[in-house]
Amino acid sequence: MLSLISYPQPRCEPYLCGVSLPAEIWHLLLKDLRLEWRQRTALAGLLLYVGGTVYVSYLSFTLRGGLPPAPAWNALFWVILLFAALGAAGRGLAQEPAGLRLYYYTVARPEAVILAKIIYNALLLLTLAAPGLLVYTMLLGNPVQSWGLFAANVAVGAISLASSLTLVSAIAARAGQGGGGTLLAVLGLPVLVPVLLIVVKISKNALDGLPWDVSQGPMLTLIALNFIVGAVSYVLFPFLWRT
Amino acid sequence: MKWWKYLTIALLLYTVVMGFLGHVPRLAILNETERNLYFHVPMWFGMTIILLASVINSVRYLRNPSSRLDILAHESAKTGILLGVLGLLTGSLWARYTWGTWWTTDVKLNGAAVTMLIYAAYLVLRGSVRDEQQRARLSAIYNIFAFSAAIPLLFIMPRLAEASLHPGMGGNPGFSKYDLDSAMRLVFYPAVIGWTLLGVWITEVACRLAFVQEKIYEKQEKQLA
Repeated sequence: MLSLISYPQPRCEPYLCGVSLPAEIWHLLLKDLRLEWRQRTALAGLLLYVGGTVYVSYLSFTLRGGLPPAPAWNALFWVILLFAALGAAGRGLAQEPAGLRLYYYTVARPEAVILAKIIYNALLLLTLAAPGLLVYTMLLGNPVQSWGLFAANVAVGAISLASSLTLVSAIAARAGQGGGGTLLAVLGLPVLVPVLLIVVKISKNALDGLPWDVSQGPMLTLIALNFIVGAVSYVLFPFLWRT
Repeated sequence: MKWWKYLTIALLLYTVVMGFLGHVPRLAILNETERNLYFHVPMWFGMTIILLASVINSVRYLRNPSSRLDILAHESAKTGILLGVLGLLTGSLWARYTWGTWWTTDVKLNGAAVTMLIYAAYLVLRGSVRDEQQRARLSAIYNIFAFSAAIPLLFIMPRLAEASLHPGMGGNPGFSKYDLDSAMRLVFYPAVIGWTLLGVWITEVACRLAFVQEKIYEKQEKQLA
């Protein structure tokens, strides 16, 4: 057991030798996308979840007659996206059977696996956020004043949510028995709070139609946070590797 | 008892006596609440130092796994939580009498809340894994990951923020180092060392207890086998 834990691990021989890291990431990403496309029910389930939540909020708000005020609109949108992100992250790394995991580890570098997963999760969340936002504005009104900033913020925000949750979901999957879903939420939320605080702030700026340069600082902070999270995942995932 | 434990006792006695009886400058609004500088601020200093120690032990664990390093990281995190909760309580009490509210949505307060959430999650994670090596490794990874994700919020964002109610804008998030009264410094610096050493002391005792427990378990396992 101890010999498995020690690091650095033997490299190269059984792996895709001579394949560069970007190429390896590309192959793994294509594999994930193909798998997702073949099992469309999972993707449809997530979309249905987002659509359903939006519809329920629409029904609840129209009970009192009328649309939610702008701050509530903003908060609700990000809460829906947050839980979509938790749901999506709970599937990727978490639901791979142990045998399959073992197989990947013999053919690919851990760094490539985690980076491919981060990109894949980001893409998945983007495909959830885009139609989600569409339905949301159709049903709950459109108080956004500068759409360029808002769309950019949703894109960067979705990528940040996905990247922060990828490693955490891998940890939660291996911790197992504590009930994967709950554990993922418990471990993920503290890490996501910084991201959400920044994202909601930029989003509010977009709703108020403030000029771009007001949101430039927070936007750069968000991107920097993404780089930190990506780098730390890159360094730490090899240790999570063969458990 | 080691010499630094006597030092801890002396420093904390000095902090408490001088903190409550010593001279503080007369300031509007703050009045006597500024004595909190000897309690709230050093507790957070101590918390930061001890949580840093926890992360360093987690890194050391990943490089070279041993149950000793795991226990060190775990117990340091627990002491960090204790100091953090004390810091939150003293800060909240202070805020009640200077700002008029127990809690606000300030950058620095958010940072404090996130830190506590992270380490609470760390304990939950430890509780939900049964295998010892697995638990040690997963919690070490989470410790490092969460710490690095929270640093921007704790140390960088407050310095970037345009507005904060919390004392010490435009510099150190805890207080402003340039307008600190020199009589207060005489108590403040010993208080930082004292509270940090108290944290180290608590951690040391908790670790020794954990080591002994581990030995007992090993013996019991041998007897069973």
